[in-house]
Amino acid sequence: MKKLIISIVLVNLLAGCASEPKKEEAAPAPAPKAEAPMAAPAPAQAAAVDPLNDPASILANRSAYYPFDVSVVQDEDKPMVQAHAKYLSEHANRKVRLEGNCDERGSNEYNLGLGQRRADGVNKMLSLGGAGAEQLESVSYGEEKPRCTDHNEACWKQNRRTDLNYAR
Amino acid sequence: MVLRVLQGVVGLLLLVQASMAGAVLSIEIIGAGENQIPVAIVPFGGDEKIAQAINEVVTGDLQRSGLFRLVDPTGKSPHEPDEVSYPDWQVRGAEALAIGTVATQPNGRIEARFRLLDVVKQTELTGQAVSASEDQIRAIGHRIADLIYEKLTGDRGVFSTRIVYVNRQGKSFRLIVADSDGHNEQVVLAHSEPIMSPAWSPDGSHLAYVSFETGHAVAYVQSLYTSQRMVLADFRGSNSAPAWSPDGKQLAVVLTRDGSSQIYLVRPDGSGLRRITFSGAIDTEPNFSPDGQYLLFTSDRGGSAQVYRMPVEGGSAERMTFDEGSNFSPRHSPDGKSFVFAHLDNGRFYVAVQDFQTGQMSLLTEGGWEKKPSYAPNGKLILFASEARGRGILATVSSDGRVKQHMFTQSGDAREPVWGPYP
Repeated sequence: MKKLIISIVLVNLLAGCASEPKKEEAAPAPAPKAEAPMAAPAPAQAAAVDPLNDPASILANRSAYYPFDVSVVQDEDKPMVQAHAKYLSEHANRKVRLEGNCDERGSNEYNLGLGQRRADGVNKMLSLGGAGAEQLESVSYGEEKPRCTDHNEACWKQNRRTDLNYAR
Repeated sequence: MVLRVLQGVVGLLLLVQASMAGAVLSIEIIGAGENQIPVAIVPFGGDEKIAQAINEVVTGDLQRSGLFRLVDPTGKSPHEPDEVSYPDWQVRGAEALAIGTVATQPNGRIEARFRLLDVVKQTELTGQAVSASEDQIRAIGHRIADLIYEKLTGDRGVFSTRIVYVNRQGKSFRLIVADSDGHNEQVVLAHSEPIMSPAWSPDGSHLAYVSFETGHAVAYVQSLYTSQRMVLADFRGSNSAPAWSPDGKQLAVVLTRDGSSQIYLVRPDGSGLRRITFSGAIDTEPNFSPDGQYLLFTSDRGGSAQVYRMPVEGGSAERMTFDEGSNFSPRHSPDGKSFVFAHLDNGRFYVAVQDFQTGQMSLLTEGGWEKKPSYAPNGKLILFASEARGRGILATVSSDGRVKQHMFTQSGDAREPVWGPYP
């Protein structure tokens, strides 16, 4: 199982960073490190470090990727989405925005619909995994916010994705 | 069965440098009409600077249409009919001759009096006075070009119409309305979040569009005169693809509030919302037929994105495109006899047209990143988004596929263009 997780993280690192233009903000930024350990000696819940902030956690991975014109969550991304579902069910105060994106092969409007379907698919899986409806919002950017702008598959596969963006 | 309508497109490549200040740096014309009408435009008499400005607009318009061959008037400068020596122009091969004068009136307005003469029959085809305020000199030129175009081709001219498009530069998006030649641009909306899908109201007074400024796709209607803006639809998920009915009393819009992208009807103020497709697929890009009875739209209900048609009042949809590949962004021709759309095959987008009666599809372009075609109101030209030298540009193609032009805007990518109605 550990091996699987590592390979997923690797795949996503590769996909995310391959030829990313510098101007874009670094994709799924490993969230800020845990709170300063020196602060108040935590009593009972000493272990309450938010796993969302652990760069080694599967939760650090916040993008699901798709083949062309496909909107169902792929098998390799299911453990990641399910881990977020579990996290959300245990942290009812956390909210996440699901942002669907597409490559440029389609009309802008069709891709807006496709991106919405991608985001909704992740939304549904999170709901089934225990996240509350009020914690989830799905939106689509279609092809309007490409991470990479070349006309080739290396670029397109980075753009076909749903990002899980947690509200701060 | 794909019929390629590309004959005559090779050859002739003209570079017209737009010298006036404005958004368009250059326009390239590729191809020529089947029968170019030779016409001479003599720079008008009167204020030389104004006359020259008008002359540039008139000749630029006529040249870009691909339907005219401009005969060099050098050495002859008649401004009144009795100054015209017809044999001079017959020798040069001109069939028509435009002459005139410009003057600034006491109230400051510019007036151009012009005549179009038939060189062969030695008669006057039309004569008219066109006036505008001092900052609207280009409008005078477009009007004169329209009159010449109409007299010599029999079709109504579209040089005085406007276009709308989105300019994207990095993370800056601007919704721009400009003259049909790309000049005289006005920024309707500027934002750091995407803007897409502008749609002209039938009378040209309002634009509907989609903006992401609140974090998701919301559809708005905005007056071009007062800039006053109303929310057309702001439900959860995406609100997009607004399209006006020909009478301007309602719009079709695409919402995901009940699941996947479905088509709804709504009044311009956002009231009276009514769902009309129930497919569970992506149904989007609705476009009303000129008689207001039907909608064309894009749907992937059959597995791939294709064009469908359904009655506006609801009912079953009929699939219209069957060719290999997928098809997007359908729009009716102004006469309602055909529709234009973006055809995607083997990774290339083409501008395609299909006749309703025969079902015959024709490709009008060689393919590339050619998206979002829309007809000029006279049905003779199609405006679309294309790409050249690594940038998104505006492009047009004549409805017979013979003449193309590329319009390079000053910077950034031009996207989502739509040709506006007659003024």
